[in-house]
Order: sequence, then structure tokens, then C-alpha cells
Amino acid sequence: MDLSTILQVLDSTVRLATPLLLACLAGLFSERAGIFDIGLEGKMLAAAFLSAAVAYTSGSAWVGLGAGIFASLLLSGIHGLASITFRGNQLISGVAINFLAAGLTVVVAQSWFGQGGRTPQLAGSARFEPITLPFADALREVPVLGPIYYELISGHTALVYIALLFVPLTWWVLYRTRFGLRLRAVGENPAAVDTAGISVVWLRYMAVLICGVLCGIAGAYLATALQASFVKDMSAGRGYIALAALIFAKWRPWYALYACLLFGFLQAFALRPDVIQTVFGFKVNAQLLDVLPYILTVIILAGFVGKAVPPRAGGQPYVKER
Amino acid sequence: MDAMPKWADVVLIPLISLILAATLSALVILAIGESPVEALNLMVKGALGSTYGWGYTLYYATNFIFTGLAVSIAFHARMFNIGGEGQAMVGGLGVALICLYIPWPHWSLALLGGTIAAALFGAAWAAIPAFLQAKRGSHIVITTIMFNFIAAAMLNYLLIGALKPKGSMEPATGKFPEATHLPSFQDMFSFGETALFRGAPANVSFFVAILACIAVWALIWKTKLGYEIRAFGHSDTAAKYAGISPTKIIMISMMISGGLAGMMAINNVQGEAERLVLNAVEGAGFIGIAVALMGRSHPFGVFLAALLFGFLYQGGAELALWTKIPREMIVVIQALVILFTGALDDMVRVPLERVFLALRRRKGGAA
Repeated sequence: MDLSTILQVLDSTVRLATPLLLACLAGLFSERAGIFDIGLEGKMLAAAFLSAAVAYTSGSAWVGLGAGIFASLLLSGIHGLASITFRGNQLISGVAINFLAAGLTVVVAQSWFGQGGRTPQLAGSARFEPITLPFADALREVPVLGPIYYELISGHTALVYIALLFVPLTWWVLYRTRFGLRLRAVGENPAAVDTAGISVVWLRYMAVLICGVLCGIAGAYLATALQASFVKDMSAGRGYIALAALIFAKWRPWYALYACLLFGFLQAFALRPDVIQTVFGFKVNAQLLDVLPYILTVIILAGFVGKAVPPRAGGQPYVKER
Repeated sequence: MDAMPKWADVVLIPLISLILAATLSALVILAIGESPVEALNLMVKGALGSTYGWGYTLYYATNFIFTGLAVSIAFHARMFNIGGEGQAMVGGLGVALICLYIPWPHWSLALLGGTIAAALFGAAWAAIPAFLQAKRGSHIVITTIMFNFIAAAMLNYLLIGALKPKGSMEPATGKFPEATHLPSFQDMFSFGETALFRGAPANVSFFVAILACIAVWALIWKTKLGYEIRAFGHSDTAAKYAGISPTKIIMISMMISGGLAGMMAINNVQGEAERLVLNAVEGAGFIGIAVALMGRSHPFGVFLAALLFGFLYQGGAELALWTKIPREMIVVIQALVILFTGALDDMVRVPLERVFLALRRRKGGAA
């Protein structure tokens, strides 16, 4: 196994971890504010569809991105309405959103493009192109560091770098701003926040909308950067893996990055049976690698490796005392 | 005193939710340039207009009765079992093993064996998340979701490996022996020349599903265990104070739930496919959620809701055949039903309660 193979696997790790990371941070905002969200999957899917459709129609990936965020925000609005305003069951609302997206994307795609529930292939500026960072070409010949810079760090789409920037940004917002403090407080003890004269409803809606924006970027990344069109069910369980990563990360931003990179690595690894064979000397079942995130999450949840404690008020609608 | 009479809670609210879901679905159909009235006509004709259509409608309904009951039982203990899909998959594995490796003399014994195997396998698959919830406090919703994926991968692994017959390319088990064939409605209800339900997959497990409805009703409202499950669901602290063990209730209710979801396999695996294929459950586990919500977690309600979804499923297949409306339209309708009956319940309930209160006040004022 040589450096270039390792770099290839790590490179696809970054690319596959990006949607997980965005969705995971989305879930982090929402759950930290006390709104469980198992609808990450659906929001990503809706965003993937609308971004691809609009990017194709308009010819611009950035317009597509905006449309994707819009689609995701709409579903976030439904989730907020159900779980904040009408104090419904947040889990059931999330399930409904996942199905709504799974169904509507295909129905609308079929009637819009008539290609069996997919969008046409995106090309040129309708797709996010890889960015070559400064000096990448010049430094390429430098041994070891050159290829690492050229292959691994440079050459991703803009959305990958945006996703990575969101990690420190999320950390800063949550732990260094007044808004973040209140957001975390509302997920632990909404009554206390309410007593301090801050609107629980407003804070939770903000959290749900931020979640929508991030899921929107994640979905747009899937359809306009990672791949070049929308296909049915293309989120392929990533929303649930992101949820798993969130638990794995114990609802903290930097840990979320590590968890998503780990799960992205497992996905990248599963795509390369040849590498697996050379590393382990025998065939490792691809299914095993695919389910490893889920198994790891169950083990973490079971509390065998550290304890994952969710935000205390998570999942409960807030009822103001009358 | 309740704000609303009981009939309004049981009948009116689900009905209004259903009408809302139907209206939105009609708007979606309208938006993609098809006629909702024509679509409904096609669906009614396709699903209910012939014994063939009924045969499919009842076949799907059988699946949904099992998964709906599964979700309902868990709801009574205030647990959200979202893992019906995985439990039904693993139930299918149980049915496949027992049909392939035990030489059954008669279908009735095979049905009994299949039912027991499916229930045991499904219950076992639900037992792990239940145990983790009861003993380690892991959230049952997350663990059951994870177990859906783990079940799918496990089945995938077995169907391309150990269970695939030699020389076959398809990820599926071999065909079950003839003796395990369950009588279909065509076998049962055709007399002489007139063949009813010709070619439709509805089979004797429909009656097992009805028995399961009755059994669940008796369990929940007529036994001590059912009382304990309901008590735990209403208030776990009060139940604990009354000497009811939370661990016991969580384990038992979830295992019954998983067993019921698993039992779906006698219909789709033993009754219809007669072999185990990849993705045999086709989302029926998730439809159980919609069915349980719509049916207000009551076995009779579940039965009616399952019939409704059976109709939607078969009708939707017909739509996809004759119009440009894809099959996924059903998923949209399913989502809207879950949304309105499950998550947006208060949106319907609160205004309705106001109406009833106002009516009562007026009556009180007049007297």
C-alpha cells in the first residue's frame, strides 16, 4: 500500500464526511435547543432534489444551493410548527418529514423532468467544481507534503471548506455568544430561560431554522457536488448516520467533526474492497463496514464506552406555566 | 370532565386529520397536472372494484395490521417502536429458516411453526433495544432505528451468502417446499368454475391478523399485564409506586411489539413470495406507525386504518400503472397522515375542544 492509495481513501473520507458533518451540526443546534430531529434525512433529501432541479434549470450551482436551503427550511418550518407551536411529538413529526421528502421529491421530479424521479445530469457551472488551493500545483512535487496538500487538502468543492468552517463557528456560537448560552439553556431547562424573560419559542424556532439551513447545504452538497444529479433516496440513510455521529460526539461540535470523519472513513473504506484486502490480508465484509456506525452508536448509547447524556429537556414540548 | 365527548376524540379528530391529509394530497396531484377526482376513481376501481383488487388490498392490509398492532402495543407503554421494519425483516428470516429446514407435513402446521418462528425472531430483535432502554437508558427510538439498519445489513449478508442456493445469482433463498404453501383466497373462495381473487396474494394469514387484533384487544383491556402496560404508559412513576416493574413492562411490551411486527412475515414471506428476498418488508414496518396513529392505538382502529392503507397501496399501484402519478404518491399520503394524526394533533384538537366548550356553555346558559 502506497501513499497515493492512502491519500485516495482519505480524500474520499473527507468528501463522504462532509454531508454527515453538515447534517450532524444541524442536529446539534436543534437538539441542543431541546428539539429532537430525526427528520435530518428528509430535509437533506428535499434539499438535494430542489438544489439539483434549480441548478439544472438556472445553470448555477449557487442558485441551486439557495433553493436547497429553501426546501430544507420549509420542512424545518413544519417541524417547528408541530413540535414548538402545537407541542406535538417531535419524533413522530420527524418521521413524517422523512416520508414527506422521500415521496414528494420523486413525485415532483417525475412531473418536472419525466425521467423516472431523477433530475438530468448537471454539468459545468450547475455543479460545484473542485477548488485548487493556492500553490497546490507548484508544491505538488514536494515529497510527501506536496501530494498531501494537493490531493487531500486542496481540490475539494467550496461546500467542503464551508462545512469544515462551520465546526469552529458552531463552537464559537454555542460557547462564546449570548445566543449560544441561551440556546443550550433552553435545551436543558426551558423554564429557567423563560423566567429570565427570554422567549423559549423564539430560541427554539431559531435553532430549528439553523438546522434547516445546515441540512439544506448538506443536501445540496449531495446532489450538486458529490454527485451530479438527484436520484431517488440519494441521502441513503446519511441523516441517520449523522444522528448516530451526534450521539457519538455527545452533542459537541469538535467531537462531531471527529465522529463524522470516522464514519466517513468507514464509508470510504467500504468502497475500496481492494484496499481492505491488502490491509487486513483477508476479505472484510462490506456490509459490516456499512453497519459499523450503527453498531458503534448502539454501544455508545448503551453506555459501555463513556456515557452519552442528551440535553435534558430534549423531546419535551415547553408549556408555560399558567 | 373532558372538554370533548369521547366519540369526538375517537372518530371526529382522526376523520378531520384524514380529510386534511386527503385535501393536501389532492392539491399535490392537482399541482402535477392530474385530476384528483379521476385519481380517486381509478384507485377505488383498482383496489375495490374486483375480487382481484380486494385480494391485493387485503394482502397489504394484513401486513399493516401486524405492524400497526406492533406500534400500538408499544404506544400503550409510551414507547415509540420505530423498528418494526427491522423486526419484520428478522421475522422473515425466522419464517425462511423454519420453512426451508423443517419438513412440514401440512400447511396448517407450517403456518403454526412459521407464526411462532416469526414472532420469536421479531421479539428477539426488539429485545435488545428494549433491554438497553430498560437497563442502560438508551433511547429506544434511536436504538430501534439503528437496529433497522443492522437487520438490513444482516439479511443482505445472509442472502448473498449462507442462505443463497448454490448456483443462484439472485440474493434470495430457494423456494420453500410445497407443503408450506398457505392457502390463498383463490384456493379458499373459488367454487367450481368461478375463480375469485385470481392471482391475488391475500391468504389465510389475513385471519391470523384478525385473531391478533382480538388477542391484542384482550391483552390490553382484559388482563392484568395489559393494565400494567397502560398504567406504565400513563405514568411510569405512578406505576413504579404501585409495584409495577418498569424493566418488566418495557421488556414485555417491546417483545410483544417486535413479535407482532415479525409475524407480518407469515403473510409476505410464507404467504406471498414463498421465499425470502431482499427488502421483503417494503416499508410496511413504517406504515405501521401511520396505522397505529390513525387507529388511535386501538386494535379495531388499527384494523380499519390498515384496510385504508391497504386500499391506498393497491390503489396507488394502479395509479402508477394508468397515470403519470408515481407510486411514491402513497408515501406522501402516508407522511401527511402521520403528520396530521401524530404530530399536529393539537392543531385539530384545540380548536375542536373550543367549539365543544362553547356549545356546552350555550346549552348551560339556556337551561
